[in-house]
Amino acid sequence: MSIDTDTVRKVAHLARIAVREDELAPLAAELNAILGWVEQLSEVDVTGVEPMTSVTPMALKRRADVVTDGNRQADILANAPDAREGFFTVPKVVE
Amino acid sequence: MTSLSTLTIADARDMLRAGETTSRRITEDCLGAIAEAGALNAFVTVTADKALAMAEAADQRRANGDDADLLGIPLGIKDVYCTAGVRSQAASHILDGFTPPYESTVTARLWDAGAVMLGKLNMDEFAMGSSTESSTYGPCISPWRRSGDTASITPGGSSGGSAAAVAADLCLGATGTDTGGSIRQPAAFTGTVGIKPTYGRCSRWGIIAYASSLDQAGPFAKTVRDAAILLGAMAGHDPKDSTSADLAVPDFEAALKGDLRGKRIGLPKEYREGLGAEIDALWANGAAMLRDAGAEVVDISLPHTKYALPAYYIIAPAEASSNLARYDGVRYGHRAALGQGGGITDLYEKTRAEGFGPEVRRRVMIGAYVLSAGYYDAYYLQAQKVRSLIKRDFDEAFASVDAILAPATPSPAFGLGEMQGDPVAMYLQDVFTITVNLAGLPGISVPLGVSASGLPLGLQLIGQPWGEAGVFDAALALEQRADFTACPERWW
Repeated sequence: MSIDTDTVRKVAHLARIAVREDELAPLAAELNAILGWVEQLSEVDVTGVEPMTSVTPMALKRRADVVTDGNRQADILANAPDAREGFFTVPKVVE
Repeated sequence: MTSLSTLTIADARDMLRAGETTSRRITEDCLGAIAEAGALNAFVTVTADKALAMAEAADQRRANGDDADLLGIPLGIKDVYCTAGVRSQAASHILDGFTPPYESTVTARLWDAGAVMLGKLNMDEFAMGSSTESSTYGPCISPWRRSGDTASITPGGSSGGSAAAVAADLCLGATGTDTGGSIRQPAAFTGTVGIKPTYGRCSRWGIIAYASSLDQAGPFAKTVRDAAILLGAMAGHDPKDSTSADLAVPDFEAALKGDLRGKRIGLPKEYREGLGAEIDALWANGAAMLRDAGAEVVDISLPHTKYALPAYYIIAPAEASSNLARYDGVRYGHRAALGQGGGITDLYEKTRAEGFGPEVRRRVMIGAYVLSAGYYDAYYLQAQKVRSLIKRDFDEAFASVDAILAPATPSPAFGLGEMQGDPVAMYLQDVFTITVNLAGLPGISVPLGVSASGLPLGLQLIGQPWGEAGVFDAALALEQRADFTACPERWW
């Protein structure tokens, strides 16, 4: 399965990474080199094999559904590139 | 007088207990060594004031009767660990200036044990790489050079700063993380000891995530004993990481005997394919050392070995594309400036284009592709099935052997820039280490010799799940026989 520049444009958007038009073709070549190499996996017979979901045979622990932390607004906003009046800011999303 | 930064952890512990030195003195010597080693670019943040305050607190604790193993021992911390109030950005531009208000569980355990933080160590961006060249701080340079050559050599990666700092005696030990070989390959490249423990042995909480089903924390040290001491302090159950194992942590140091009588060690025949003569000879030498320690050495087969790398380069990017979705320019780190009328999607796309380096961008896009509608079964599901087969290979091998001896790397360290421009060639660096992450097993890299070019070479021991104590013991048997005393000639 080889990917073209249209697919790269689509994948870039899925990944939310802006890619300039002149970067599409070189990027397609790079991604194709990697995908062409991983293609060899298709030759493995996986009949009756379950996909791995957990590498160690452990049941995930559960905990009581209670609040264990909170009231840390200043900590949470401290690293924001643009926080105002106790909120994160983003460009206008609703007209 | 020799700098106290050259001490092993075990020797420093003895001297501190005997009152022959203080944490303050050892810490000052480490800070002095770091100040002179700017050319290596191993430390990217130095927390000198914090280090001296922690050293004084450790000396005070000792005066009050405490004598914990790591009390007063200065360490370096890979930049991927969140450290409260200290810049932590996984060597990425997208996390510029990120200063966590919290401490990772592993580092918190080290500080509780009395260790002293010297600062943060260089790495590949988001731990994606094998040479520490993709760092936003610029490449880390190995203290090692080829004989008669002044070309810059890579310390390996992604934990290259940790490896270089320990090899150059800037600290007594360091933390790393290993997703596909990022502790074991740099350890082998720099003549240091590095262990990736069993998946779940150390908490991943507060470690900036790359591929969560593969990431594990582990130490770099100058000796096997030091690595055992460090891992003992780093490991343990953490309610904040649901994949951390609720198992008692054995006393790894107490288990060090170096006696392998009655043990069987396997050599996977698939690892011989295409192996160079130098590494092949090193491997045979290591097998002879294990026999000398009393072990029986037998050939084993891990038939799906050749599929480990391609499976990894689907699974790890898939997990990375999900983990790295959080970098949106809103909550922390870099935020792109927008033109008039730019919307929220423009903000995400521009921020991420500016913030991620080329290798991170490649992996996030590969991940998005293999998870996208229509390709999920062909790529991601197939890779997870192959991962099950790789694990099964190990399960079957461990029915007849106690541990596995294998090369750590296909060659000695390469020069800076030599692997640029061909991502797949760089990926092949991890051919001997990546299977261990996919199967969740413990693996240690031990220095064993020096290449014809004058660079260190290491071998890898792989154990059964939760079998770190046995892995350390076999590693000690190698260390005792290898008598690896080479050190880099100081040029920096």
